[in-house]
Amino acid sequence: MSASAEPAHYLTGGWSLRGWLLTLDHKRIAWLYAISITGFFFLGGIAALLIRLELLTPAGDLLSSEAYNRLFSLHGIVMVWFFLIPSIPATLGNFLLPMMVGARDMAFPRLNLLSWYIYTLGGLFTMVAVIAGGVDTGWTFYTPYSTLFANSAVLAAATGVFVVGFSSILTGINFIVTTHTMRVPGQTWLRLPLFVWANYATALIMVLATPVLSITLLLIALERTLGIGIFDPALGGDPLLFQHLFWFYSHPAVYIMILPAMGVISEIIACFSRNPVFGYTGMVLSIMAIALFGFLVWGHHMFVSGQSLYAGILFSLFSFLVAVPSAIKTLNWTATMFRGRIVYTAPMIYALSFLGLFVIGGLTGVFLASLAVDVHLHDTYFVTAHFHYIMVGGAVTAYLGGLHFWWPKLTGRLYPALWSKVAALALFIGFNLTFYPQFLLGYGGMPRRYHEYPEAFELLHVMSTLGTGVLAIGYLMPLVYLAWSLRYGERAPANPWHAKGLEWLAPSPPPVDNFVTTPTVTEAPYAYR
Amino acid sequence: MTEASAVNDPGIAFRTIPTAVSDYAGEVDKLYYALLGLSGLLIVILVALVVIFGWRYREDRSGERLPLLGKRTGHYVEIGFAVLLALLFLGIFAWGSQLYLALYGESRADMTINVVGKQWMWKIQHPDGTREINTLHVPAGETIRLRIISQDVIHSFSLPGLRLKRDAVPGQYTSAVFTPEKVGEYRLFCAEYCGTSHSRMRGKLVVLSSADYQAWLTRNGQGPGPVAAGRQLFESYGCSGCHQGKASVRAPGLDGVYGRTVPLADGRTVKADEAYLRDSIMLPQKHVVAGYAPIMPSFSGQIGEGEILQIVAYLKSLEPGEWQTDNSTGARP
Repeated sequence: MSASAEPAHYLTGGWSLRGWLLTLDHKRIAWLYAISITGFFFLGGIAALLIRLELLTPAGDLLSSEAYNRLFSLHGIVMVWFFLIPSIPATLGNFLLPMMVGARDMAFPRLNLLSWYIYTLGGLFTMVAVIAGGVDTGWTFYTPYSTLFANSAVLAAATGVFVVGFSSILTGINFIVTTHTMRVPGQTWLRLPLFVWANYATALIMVLATPVLSITLLLIALERTLGIGIFDPALGGDPLLFQHLFWFYSHPAVYIMILPAMGVISEIIACFSRNPVFGYTGMVLSIMAIALFGFLVWGHHMFVSGQSLYAGILFSLFSFLVAVPSAIKTLNWTATMFRGRIVYTAPMIYALSFLGLFVIGGLTGVFLASLAVDVHLHDTYFVTAHFHYIMVGGAVTAYLGGLHFWWPKLTGRLYPALWSKVAALALFIGFNLTFYPQFLLGYGGMPRRYHEYPEAFELLHVMSTLGTGVLAIGYLMPLVYLAWSLRYGERAPANPWHAKGLEWLAPSPPPVDNFVTTPTVTEAPYAYR
Repeated sequence: MTEASAVNDPGIAFRTIPTAVSDYAGEVDKLYYALLGLSGLLIVILVALVVIFGWRYREDRSGERLPLLGKRTGHYVEIGFAVLLALLFLGIFAWGSQLYLALYGESRADMTINVVGKQWMWKIQHPDGTREINTLHVPAGETIRLRIISQDVIHSFSLPGLRLKRDAVPGQYTSAVFTPEKVGEYRLFCAEYCGTSHSRMRGKLVVLSSADYQAWLTRNGQGPGPVAAGRQLFESYGCSGCHQGKASVRAPGLDGVYGRTVPLADGRTVKADEAYLRDSIMLPQKHVVAGYAPIMPSFSGQIGEGEILQIVAYLKSLEPGEWQTDNSTGARP
């Protein structure tokens, strides 16, 4: 409270369990989230590793088909709902969004803590249901397999996902209200950092789309318990209705995963090019366009499903259109480097990796938007490769880039520069080795979710599995040296990268109330020159 | 099917572009090459720009920094790029859509083959009643329509050599049309995850010359054709008891029903197509014909999708008024 020169930062005092589990500080809650999602990430990663090991040989020899099917279901459920969706918003967003608008905390700190509890307890409950109950429906829970033919643990797992959905909604509400009401004087909407814009758009999607998933899961529960025919054709229901409702949420959810990543990349590239983001207004418009158009393309998951052909054509058209704003963003990131002063730090290497992987992911999405090509590629490894390029090559790479960029602010420590660059390169190489062969497998006809496969596909599967080893190194290295830096890392100054943005005005690590004096904003963001 | 059952894969090598079995497959490949060309070009431009900028503007280069592009120039670059890309995308969109309609929207065909998916096998019925499992024999040069349905969960009938895939959905017929040209053996998969042995629900597509196909049918042909089989089922399930002859005061007569517009008890009308006939057997309360009481029992769970396809084939073969001149309750002459 007093204006002492060195206010206590948010990590000092209170290493008690109570000081963490009952904290209302958005920065500590961000750490709670970070611990939860890291746990889930490595759980999902182990499942992925076992899947790839099984696919080393064409015969189903390492795992039984039941075990294989359960593992890819676990992998999908964990990675989508318990890692990717909360990843950037709940950790970096939670920590940085209030700081970037110059606020002392979120608008609703108690809601913020509640959403972590809902997320973590719901996630753990789901894990118990999935592992103990042997859920083997895939993360998509398609009916009627999930309602009639799979075992009853599906209902418990769906309940867990339903509960976790509320954590998304609460986080979304918090972000929206914080962005609207807590900006410091002078920070107009067009002076907001793109990271804030991206998280704001994400929050809108969370609040608007997640209830549809909740409703869908409730309908499944009603059908299973009361026998009301909604999705089951034997009761007069329609199994395609489930797919419509599921993708009405789950396609926008893809943008929940990638928009915050785009925000992170904008911050990093501007900082290490020492240039303002090229076409700031265009970036804001494309963020909002992606969030809006993202709601109109769900049917492109159903081109071969038996939905109306003309609906398919319309969804194809919208899918092409949603690619345009993403392309503009890519153009602008590249143009931001023009006449810059480029510094190759680890975050910048992650950002450039993101650029390459995201473009491959995005362009292969255009293949899949083309109806006749999608018919051939649908449910093959081409699709698997495509969305891993976006979700892992894009979102996870950006998450790691962001973590490296703001690590000094988060912890007050620096990490070893060389090791971090090696890790970033290992990720890029390992990722491409793992997933590039899957594009070739896909056009060659190899279907997804196959426990065993014809021998002709073996070579590319072996390459993909070998790549997984390199990729695993790329993920494990940061875990080691970042943990190491917490104790042994060099102390970080307030602004080690000479970056712009209000969060860099605060000391590292920030005081409990973030700023010693409330900052004001007098210029556009990214005033690097 | 048990775990131990053998899977019958065709002995063909991996090709990044699988052998195109139909002209349509070749057309899809052309679109694929166009997409590869376009995205390859965009990636090359992007990588070149990143490398050039990354080298030219790296931190340790000395010298004055040149000014950035003006705001207006920047807008022109952005808008020009967006418009150019959107136009290219619209072209590809139209191209892909046209092929899509040719694959799924076409209804003219020389013959229709029924495909029923169930955990975990594909059951196939040829027009003359010949049946096979997990292998599809087709004659080269003829246009073939697949009528696909599932008996349990969603499956997907995938023939990569034809660039064809169509979901098998319970309760709904889907279709796809193709004309195989190249004799040989190709892959057949279930592409939609359907449970434990999903990855064993695969087999092969065998394209034969027309003569070989006829010879194959003769060798393997067994049992009656679908119309005759459907007539037997129509009697053995007791359908004829209510729907045929004098009994048809309790239930509508079905001669010539296919293609007719049927008035319903709730005032709606519905066109009697294959889906309507199937629904009337499985979910009789869904469409109750005007003037009749809703007394028909559901056959859901008692009758297989393959049998329904045969009954539907029989009903489709009936001419309007065919039963009026036939006073017997039994078979047609």
